[in-house]
Amino acid sequence: MTTQTGAVLRLNGITKRFGTLVANDAISVSLDTGEVVALLGENGAGKTTLMNILFGQYTADEGSVEVFGETLPPGNSRAALDAGVGMVHQHFTLADNLTVQENITLGVGSLFRASLGWSAARARILDLSERFHLKVAPDVRVGSLSVGERQRVEILKALYRDVKILILDEPTAVLTPQEAEDLFATLRKAIANGLSIIFISHKLHEVMAIADRVVVLRHGKMVGGVDTGDTTKEKLAAMMMGAEAVPPDVAPATPGAALMQLDGVSTPDKGSAPGLKQASLDLRAGQIIGLAGVSGNGQAALADVVGGVAVPVAGRVMMGDAPVTGWSPRVAVENGIARIPEDRHKTGTIADFDLTENAILERYTRAPFSRRGWLNWRRAREFADGIIGKYDVRCPGPNTAIRLLSGGNMQKLILGRVLEAGPQIILANQPVRGLDIGAVHYVHSQLLAARDAGAAVLLISEDLDEIMALADVIHVIAEGRLSPGFERGSMTPAELGLWMAGQGGSDAA
Amino acid sequence: MRLEPIPSPTVARRVVPPVLAISSTVVIASVLAMIAGANPFSVLGLILKGAFGSQFALLETLNRATPLIFTGLAAAVAFRAKFWNIGAEAQLYAGALMTVLLGTGLLPWPSLPLLAVLAVAAILAGAVLLLVPAILKTRFGVDEVVTTLLSNFIFLLFISMLLEGPLKDPMGMGWPKSARVIPEARLPRIVDGLRLHWGFGLAIISAITVWIIQARSTFGYEMRAVGLNREAAAFAGIPVNLVLVKTALLSGGLAALAGFSEVAGVKASLTLDLSPGFGYTGIIVAMLALLNPLGVIVAALFVAGVFVGADSMSRAAEVPTYLADIMLAVALLLMVLAILLTRFRVVRD
Repeated sequence: MTTQTGAVLRLNGITKRFGTLVANDAISVSLDTGEVVALLGENGAGKTTLMNILFGQYTADEGSVEVFGETLPPGNSRAALDAGVGMVHQHFTLADNLTVQENITLGVGSLFRASLGWSAARARILDLSERFHLKVAPDVRVGSLSVGERQRVEILKALYRDVKILILDEPTAVLTPQEAEDLFATLRKAIANGLSIIFISHKLHEVMAIADRVVVLRHGKMVGGVDTGDTTKEKLAAMMMGAEAVPPDVAPATPGAALMQLDGVSTPDKGSAPGLKQASLDLRAGQIIGLAGVSGNGQAALADVVGGVAVPVAGRVMMGDAPVTGWSPRVAVENGIARIPEDRHKTGTIADFDLTENAILERYTRAPFSRRGWLNWRRAREFADGIIGKYDVRCPGPNTAIRLLSGGNMQKLILGRVLEAGPQIILANQPVRGLDIGAVHYVHSQLLAARDAGAAVLLISEDLDEIMALADVIHVIAEGRLSPGFERGSMTPAELGLWMAGQGGSDAA
Repeated sequence: MRLEPIPSPTVARRVVPPVLAISSTVVIASVLAMIAGANPFSVLGLILKGAFGSQFALLETLNRATPLIFTGLAAAVAFRAKFWNIGAEAQLYAGALMTVLLGTGLLPWPSLPLLAVLAVAAILAGAVLLLVPAILKTRFGVDEVVTTLLSNFIFLLFISMLLEGPLKDPMGMGWPKSARVIPEARLPRIVDGLRLHWGFGLAIISAITVWIIQARSTFGYEMRAVGLNREAAAFAGIPVNLVLVKTALLSGGLAALAGFSEVAGVKASLTLDLSPGFGYTGIIVAMLALLNPLGVIVAALFVAGVFVGADSMSRAAEVPTYLADIMLAVALLLMVLAILLTRFRVVRD
């Protein structure tokens, strides 16, 4: 471990209380020049609060923040930025209606400057994106980018500001293994150039790969700080969870009849996001189909077709033996499709609705939740109470606004909402993004249980580990085209990576 | 200074800022009254007395509140679904127009069926008028703020044309004014001898109905879902465009009832000054009520009280009635601030 004297960033005994809840309890973290410190902890462990205090979003009740030896004034959000600390947030802070370049340069120069320095800024962005392997087109509007591309813009935004300390919140959630490796390589290069990095992650193998030191938080307390050389993934998981985390066992599948088939389905491109190109896919009872791919390669289009949000312009969607007609979200739900959307905050739930109102969102037109246009709130509340109990949703009660719940608990409610209907088909789009290990295992075991009960599961994920662990058959999507299905264990990550890059099968016979 | 969100606001946190907003409005009005050279306490006393101090004053306030309850409900319903209906003024006149078209002798029926038909016709006229902006929005993405706002001016000019032409009262001595509705088309008084017509009763019933619809019906649930998060609502299978159109129909119908009630209950004929901006004031009423249909009743009474009280005060204290406009504007601005403060706390750097 390096000495305290070289610290570029020090959080000294930070305590923050929200009413009776202690979100941060005397947490001290220091970061040295050229060091990568990983911040590890479950949702609600206090990582976000700690970062919000660093950036002056919250004022700490006790403790201080030092950057390059200077104590930052508390509660001033410019101070950390001006001192050279940059953050890439898990939930992006980009303006959808501006271009990539405008987003990156936004707020950098004075508004009163005569020249915008557009071409110089552009050259700098292209140079940075080249050096850091962050491929983006400067003139594309951010609103038309995929989640993965948006994150690249976020990282570029920080790099453009010449930060000395970079804080990354779950940065690899949306990258392919190759891209993640690229990112790690460039982060290492950045470290060699004097940057220091705080890396917030749930993925233990990444933490082990990139970090020099790990600080583990649990329930707002610092459980420990260890060098990655002195620990193992298992030990870290145990520190984080308070117990050894056991991933679910995956028994071999016994696939049955095709419950849903896509037959040569095409959808139009949306901005830079490709639509489906002649995609054919069978979803079979008792089988998990994994869809791997880099974000923004047509996963959204496929999810939209399966979930009833989009109607194909060519090809057929078959439920059982019959082609679907009048395809819509409601028809999809009525056909027994459970839909776990990619973005639980924006599309999965209504933030200001309470748990009860969110629980009946897909089925409020049906008995027992309503009759002849009038809602039965008592039955709705019983339903929500049932989900809260059965799926272990931690909340004060069914009348709590869902925005007050952590991501994991929100996802459990969505899971309960769709699984309680006894679905035939489950569309799980990034079901565990941003969740802690405990919640990840929970969601996965629920999906496996549904599979074993005879449901057809379509698991869409940008996390190849997740796909390889759970899927019985893997399809890769690249530029809207589906690869053939690969049986479990028949492909290595590198081979799948080739397909993800759109080069799969090109050198096959 | 910054704003920090409060995860779960306490009851005090939700009640104190709105109360402070209204009391600050009174303080600011007092200062203005002093500047106008009057004793602020007597000015406020006169406003209060002029609005609620006698049976006559109270009934006047209730009568004035009646159209504001309707237009306030129209705004509250539409804004709940984030459909920005700024055209309640036009819809009000549409309702009034139907009332004089059918109520001046075309349907020689007894009072009760005639009034029912007039009300329904008014509702349909207002609904249809707002249907156009609603369809333009859902089909082509045309901003409803622009279309509904402009519909006010267009429709008022249309009324003006009718009043100068086919609808002009031959007995009106040249004034741009329609013929009077027949006695059967007049809304009766709620209590004999008291100057309060059944339009007020209809307004209260409407507010309660809207409240029940929002809290208990699937349509109300859809309206709230669409207003809070259109994307999530669409994903869950709520027919967002249909909900917006239905909301627009309800909103337009409510605003049109204000026109029906003013013609059948008060004025008996259609003139261009039937509404001194009830449609616009309805937006203030809805905002002060935090879009709550029952709150609309209270807010409409407050706004009507300020207007009626200020009228009577200005006669006694020689302070201009514009004080009423200022009080409403200040109340609205402070209420918007108060809403912010119920969800965020101010943190000093």
